[in-house]
Amino acid sequence: MASNSSGDESGRHQTARHRLSVIAGHLQRPSDHNAALLAVECKAQGSKPNVNTSDRGEGKTVPRRRQEIMKWNGWGYSDSKFLFNKKGQAEFTGKRYRLSGMIIPGLKDWMEGTFGANLQHKTQATPVLNTSAVQPPTLNEAFVEELKSTGIPFSHEAEDRVFRAHGHCLHEIFALREGKIGRIPDMVVWPNCHNDVVKIVELACKHNVCLIPYGGGTSVSSALECPPEETRSIVSLDTSQMNRILWIDEKNLTAHVESGIVGQDLERLLNESGYCTGHEPDSMEFSSLGGWVATRASGMKKNIYGNIEDLVVHIKMVTPRGVIEKSCQGPRMSTGPDIHHFILGSEGTLGVVTEVTIKIRPMPEYQKYGSVVFPNFEQGVACLREVARQRCAPASIRLMDNEQFKFGHALKPQVSSIFTSFLDGLKKFYITKFKGFDPNRLCVATLLFEGARERVLQHEKQVYDIAAKFGGLAAGEDNGQRGYMLTFVIAYLRDLGMDYYVIGESFETSVPWDRVLDICRNVKARIVRECKDKGVQFPPLSTCRVTQTYDAGACVYFYFAFNYRGLSDPVHVYEQVEHAAREEILANGGSLSHHHGVGKLRKEWMRETVSNVGIGMLKSVKDYVDPNNIFGNRNLL
Amino acid sequence: YRVLDKVRLQDEEEFVDILEDKRHCSDLRFAFRTFSPPPYKGGPACSSAELNQAVLESQYLRYVVKEVALETGSSVEEVRDKVCRIMREMSQNLQLRFIRLMAFTFRKVFKRVFSAVYVNMEGLQALQQATQEFPVILMPNHRSYIDFLVVSYILYNYDIPVPIVGEILRRSGAFFIRRAIGSDKLYWAVLSEYVRTIVRTGFAPLEFFVEGLRSRTLKSLPPKLGMMNMILEPFFKGEVYDVTLLPISISYDRVLEESLLAHELLGVPKPRESTAGLLKASKVLQENYGCVHVNFGRPLSVRQLCEGKINRCQYNLIPRDLPQKPNAEAQACGSWLAHMIVRLQEEGALTSPWSLMACILLQIPTTVLTEEGLLFHQLTERTLWLRKLALDFRARLSWPEKVPDSDVMSSTVALHRSVVYRKAGRVYLTRNDELERKHSMVPEEDMMRTAAAVLMLASYRNQCLHVFVRPALLALAMSITKSTKKDELLTCFCFLQEVFSNEFVFIPGKSTQDFDEACSLLHKCKAVHVSQWEVTDSDTGLEVLSFLQELLKPFIESYQLMFRFLCEERDCVFREKDFVSGVRTLATKLIVSRELHTYEALSSDMQKNVLSSLRRLGAVTKIEISENNEYKLEESLRRLSRLHLMPDCSLNWN
Repeated sequence: MASNSSGDESGRHQTARHRLSVIAGHLQRPSDHNAALLAVECKAQGSKPNVNTSDRGEGKTVPRRRQEIMKWNGWGYSDSKFLFNKKGQAEFTGKRYRLSGMIIPGLKDWMEGTFGANLQHKTQATPVLNTSAVQPPTLNEAFVEELKSTGIPFSHEAEDRVFRAHGHCLHEIFALREGKIGRIPDMVVWPNCHNDVVKIVELACKHNVCLIPYGGGTSVSSALECPPEETRSIVSLDTSQMNRILWIDEKNLTAHVESGIVGQDLERLLNESGYCTGHEPDSMEFSSLGGWVATRASGMKKNIYGNIEDLVVHIKMVTPRGVIEKSCQGPRMSTGPDIHHFILGSEGTLGVVTEVTIKIRPMPEYQKYGSVVFPNFEQGVACLREVARQRCAPASIRLMDNEQFKFGHALKPQVSSIFTSFLDGLKKFYITKFKGFDPNRLCVATLLFEGARERVLQHEKQVYDIAAKFGGLAAGEDNGQRGYMLTFVIAYLRDLGMDYYVIGESFETSVPWDRVLDICRNVKARIVRECKDKGVQFPPLSTCRVTQTYDAGACVYFYFAFNYRGLSDPVHVYEQVEHAAREEILANGGSLSHHHGVGKLRKEWMRETVSNVGIGMLKSVKDYVDPNNIFGNRNLL
Repeated sequence: YRVLDKVRLQDEEEFVDILEDKRHCSDLRFAFRTFSPPPYKGGPACSSAELNQAVLESQYLRYVVKEVALETGSSVEEVRDKVCRIMREMSQNLQLRFIRLMAFTFRKVFKRVFSAVYVNMEGLQALQQATQEFPVILMPNHRSYIDFLVVSYILYNYDIPVPIVGEILRRSGAFFIRRAIGSDKLYWAVLSEYVRTIVRTGFAPLEFFVEGLRSRTLKSLPPKLGMMNMILEPFFKGEVYDVTLLPISISYDRVLEESLLAHELLGVPKPRESTAGLLKASKVLQENYGCVHVNFGRPLSVRQLCEGKINRCQYNLIPRDLPQKPNAEAQACGSWLAHMIVRLQEEGALTSPWSLMACILLQIPTTVLTEEGLLFHQLTERTLWLRKLALDFRARLSWPEKVPDSDVMSSTVALHRSVVYRKAGRVYLTRNDELERKHSMVPEEDMMRTAAAVLMLASYRNQCLHVFVRPALLALAMSITKSTKKDELLTCFCFLQEVFSNEFVFIPGKSTQDFDEACSLLHKCKAVHVSQWEVTDSDTGLEVLSFLQELLKPFIESYQLMFRFLCEERDCVFREKDFVSGVRTLATKLIVSRELHTYEALSSDMQKNVLSSLRRLGAVTKIEISENNEYKLEESLRRLSRLHLMPDCSLNWN
């Protein structure tokens, strides 16, 4: 796992370790096959409400009290963050990531150069939550009483509630840093299993309580925001404790998993048995299986494993009308519209996904990163298009534009050996001087190959051959690996930016191939123009990358950040610019979202996106399934 | 008009004579000469070979080629061959060397025929900035064959990428159309793909005349939308972030082809002359044509202008490369933009003393001008009065500063001796071939000679009509309706706009704004009092109002004549040719018998405008199947003529 491997192991070590674990899995498998298939009873029995037992002992990442290990007003783990040390050098703290504990010498210059940021100008976030700023909970006493009798743990502590009132949109985090708290859930419940959820939903219906499902809390669509107009008691249904793999079916290569499990746990636990799902969204450290289903998530290795809709075989969801599920696990059915597709992307408006049967694969024997430098973005896109045409995309292929390439460069950790820096210099010389690439135009594609060793090598050659036709030069495994690592730390970087008057976010779309270049250029230009018009004093960072390839198009990610010094309402400016950027995306044939979902942030465009009839269809499903709007987060429609 | 206000030019801009010797050139100009322009930022430079390749291999052309092959029954290869031939012809005209050579030659020519070529440097500087950012479309008004040479020459002189001239592309293909039947569609496909590719790649600025044709009457023409739609498409489809439109107003003191134009209007065909032919004519080269003012307008962002006017999502569901007619929304947007460009061209134009003089002279009975002559000091007095009015109406004048008014007047008359001459303190109309007048002529022939001079005068008056047209229509509405109520006046104002929309260019759907503008201008020169509901003429306003009414009188009389002519037509169906000759005969008769006072009814331009106007008003319909341009009279024509368009200006002809 590139994402959270703790040491500095080289790829080879990693592969070796993988292979060992695969072999170990084979050797250690109990002779009694059914042991792995044992249906597991709900483990919640006997646990008392409001008892904060940490589950970390069981190898699970997410405790009930998330604040114990995670930031309440920023991204990720409390122990991991970027900061400028006393010498003014950037540093990444903690021990969890490859970058942890390292000095990043280029970051300061990059931040100053790109944003006009200055280390002297710092904005401090509110260090601890001021619980007096939190509105006291509106409790539905009857509901609480009955809930107590079920023994399902719950809490109405301010910290717990605040933590579940937001995702990671810029405005959400910005408000938290300022200590501003709006409407938040009135209580949090932690069901431990499917039956707990059934009970909670029944009680909610009985007492007319609003339920908002909460998985990993990584939403970037305002999906977790409590509707301010909601007058009923709002209960956040946190699935994080429903995190077990209930069984693994090795004959059919499926696993039946509780929906609250987060990506990294799912992968790790499956790895222990020699399997993986291969579903790796950028948020996989924290996002949950149920969340993936509810938002139609996409993983970086979808080229091999597929997106979430390709991966699920069976879904169980608890709705106010009862439980919805299919009767069998046939790999494909012609039984009318696929009811899974009412659930996939329902964004918590219809019910709670509790259990999912998901496809698993044997762990790949061999993994190899790679990268290709192109003289310009146009050539890079042409190459990706050709790769897609030949349907030979590696597990992952991503193309960063020039600005992002420079950004990636700025995040290079300090090199210890003089030899490495000499090699870097030589590489740079070769590409810019000898090959004549313009450092201000070149761009880089990062690659990840997976599979049997010979196949990987063969595949690699095929892709590099195509790249060469478009002027691409192989630029080494290191660059590739760093590109993917960046994915996991970029969210931390935003917190650093916010310490120095820089705010920003990313957003995504999917678009037909022939429009990829146009949409990239136009949206980036629109962002720059809008910032200027809105009085932003410094030129913004407006950059993009192509992150997924499909037969008929690609997924494009935009990153946008700016220095907001001199603005009275920076978040409003940010939102206006993002709004304009989304309008531009739609005008250029892009979709409303490729995998982030709609939430409340992009609701206004739903009607034009799916047509009046489409909205009517979705509404009538909602009206049947949840007539009293128990699942009242008001996403989507 | 808020958009217009934003881009309206500053009044005081410095014009620099670019023909002047380099010793005298300003610092700004010096800076221009020493810095070569930074390249286009929108993408890598592309050679003309690459451009051709891109056009040839476009999915759009391949599609059209297949379609044409299917329609004509020829093979795809044959059709493709034709495409290549059209392309070759078009691309020959893109050769830079060609332009360079012309620029070199024309410097000499310009120096001989023009006293000065004035250019506003701020505009040029803004253009230079703009050429780096987005594809630039240069949109000059079209008053002379040499317009595009003037523009190319200036740009070349100041290291700004020399534009590709849409007109040349169009003409080079036109030759091909004549040769090969059935290739019309193919030709348009190549032309439009060519234009779009130039815009997409930012290959070079593109220059085209939004009025389509050269104006024979020196009046703005209603814009043509074909080329406009072509250049907008890449923006609508998201292929470029923005397109910059740049209106250019070229104002000639004296137009090279003035007499040629007048004769064309009178239906006396002169040999078809090409630009080169025109300049070769030694007679032209011997004369002085005064100054040329070239005003580069402010760059306009299509993106900003179209905001909220077009839903670009409409292009999401069909491949962008497939032929697709612009829908109503896109067409309306293109039409609005084109009309606005014409308006900006008008506002950027400079009004010459001669043009003001022409307005005055045309209000003097023609017989006075041909026989007893007009007192020069009277002309001076009236012209100076009109100058003040024009300034009140926000006109930009090219009236020389620091020169006594009398000198300006006499030098202007001297420059235009082809139209008027001064003798013993009086001004007379110049009539050609005066010396050849050996034996007495029939009155009709004599009249034609006067007509040529009058139509030339009318053309020069037309140069400044845009300054006065809105207040003049209001003045007219006041005299027709005899009402002071704003709503009644507005109704009449709109009707007049509608009737004359081929004569004067108004932005569609903006009549109310035009009306308000007219009110405020008349109010400003104290001709009327304007209250919330009423417009009343003031005691001092009579002079202005009657001048304005008189200004439009030739149009009214001519229109009325032609309406009457049609009403008396016995057949329900008539041919355009017969209409033109019939009107001409009638007008000639009436002028000779001094029953009709305007010569402009003889102008074929006016005659065509009347037909278009009647078609638009539903009074006549064009018979589609007919090849002879036949029209059918509709019942509504009689109603229209009964409307008594202008009761005041009744003709005393029966």
